[in-house]
Amino acid sequence: MGNLSIIFKRELLSYFATPLAYIFIVIFLVVNGFLTFDFGGFYVRGQADLSPFFAFHPFLYLFMVPAIAMTMWADERKTGTIELLLTLPVNLRDAILGKYLAAWALIGIALCLTFPIWITANYLGDPDNGVIFAAYVGSWFMAGAYLAIGACLSACTKNPVIAFILTVTICVIFVLLGYPFLLGMLTGWVPQIIIDAISSMGFLTHFDSISKGVFDVRDFLFFGVFIAAWLFASAVVIELKKAS
Amino acid sequence: MIEINNLTKNFDQFTAIDDLTFTVKEGEVLGFLGPNGAGKSTTMKLITGFLSASHGSVSIDGFDISKNPIEAKSLMGYLPEGAPSYGDMTTLEFLNFVAQIRGYTGEEILLRVQRVLDEVELNSVSQQTIDTLSKGFKRRVGLAQAIMHDPKVLILDEPTDGLDPNQKHHVRELIKNLARDKIVIISTHILEEVTAVCSRAIIIAQGRIVADGTPAELESRSKYHHAVSVRLSENYDLAADLTGIAEVGDVEKDSEDDMVFRILASGSKSIFSQVSEIAQTRHWPVTEFHASRGQLEDVFRTVTQQTQGTQ
Repeated sequence: MGNLSIIFKRELLSYFATPLAYIFIVIFLVVNGFLTFDFGGFYVRGQADLSPFFAFHPFLYLFMVPAIAMTMWADERKTGTIELLLTLPVNLRDAILGKYLAAWALIGIALCLTFPIWITANYLGDPDNGVIFAAYVGSWFMAGAYLAIGACLSACTKNPVIAFILTVTICVIFVLLGYPFLLGMLTGWVPQIIIDAISSMGFLTHFDSISKGVFDVRDFLFFGVFIAAWLFASAVVIELKKAS
Repeated sequence: MIEINNLTKNFDQFTAIDDLTFTVKEGEVLGFLGPNGAGKSTTMKLITGFLSASHGSVSIDGFDISKNPIEAKSLMGYLPEGAPSYGDMTTLEFLNFVAQIRGYTGEEILLRVQRVLDEVELNSVSQQTIDTLSKGFKRRVGLAQAIMHDPKVLILDEPTDGLDPNQKHHVRELIKNLARDKIVIISTHILEEVTAVCSRAIIIAQGRIVADGTPAELESRSKYHHAVSVRLSENYDLAADLTGIAEVGDVEKDSEDDMVFRILASGSKSIFSQVSEIAQTRHWPVTEFHASRGQLEDVFRTVTQQTQGTQ
């Protein structure tokens, strides 16, 4: 077994060794259900699809994902275990990926447990399951992007609360970048190419098209590259900050 | 063998480690001494590859820690300062994790973990969460992970800090047993520990080596080396009887006890028999009379304060 999977397993189990994983999953499901059925008007709309469910994800992740990410490296530095981990014969890359993938898997598990909503839609009507599946994967990738930001900012500080606040702030920026309202304000006085560039960095731009069933590899690629970039930045930050 | 060449570490403008060069051979137990903030922990972090050096190199059995980190780290067991471990795991889970990272599989994991559990006497708490353990047990968990792979090089940052006297004794015995064919480097500011377990001591102050030798050699640098300590039952002018004897230097009164005097040797020879002869012929009112070894504490203070003075 490679070091990456050993670290992955340890991290994932440690989420479940404390109430953290259970609280995260329960709140994720409850809030998701509430938003979908109450706010989203799942029944009232009279359409058998999951768009009200997915529409809230960018905002739900805004505070749920940083809560998972905030301790990822901040705790390691605070308790000194980072010194233990990085003096074991382990690559920094394996450590970063192992920890990241474990947190991402936890979000994946929470996301999978929303399956009753999918079943409900199928029970009530005849939704396009291919679109729903793509939207699930897209949602997971978007959560991964939030998580990568959180991983990097968690490495910046020993204080998880600071990591949380910073992560929420940066994530809000990336959500707003694709927001039609913000883009509308820029139209007319900013060259279109810049507006497009800004909009293409926004999470909503990519997630909207995925969740509407427009399958474009570039949207997934965006999240993939975004995640890789922030994880690379984590490595740089860890190298720089581990001494302090 | 550990070779450390011109090792330097700068933090911004501050030089924590300044051009350290030394080698440690198999079988040596090196005590790394120094005042707080002298750079003991930083040196250990550089040797174990947690921090990277600003200049200079560290090589473990020929593997450079910055060029071949994985190979070098595989040869080392390290107990970081404060013995950090994953608090939400049980002792057993944590040691299993370390055994896996160290590359053991299947049966071998069980054997290795059981061996270290026995060696540092952790069986009674193997199912407990590490967070719930006492400081002494946590320290032992840290030691257990460090010796998991029977490493050639063992680096222990303050291994007995915060332990009670029994536990200290136990850890020292453990280190002595481990040390036979290994390199052990321990940092400490408990000087008795150095005399108890180390075959060599390096004293550093402000990132530089200020003394390097066996504990006995260092002790002999003390002005109390070969001194004779005398306790009197009544006042008596010792110094008057001793004037004119070349080998005898000053007579010092103990700072805490009026009736205790130390007769210092001026040279490097023992003055015990000479002084005892005089004491007998002159009928000193003596209740205690013994030769004192040099005091490491005294040497420690002298060499570390000298450097502070020059800065």
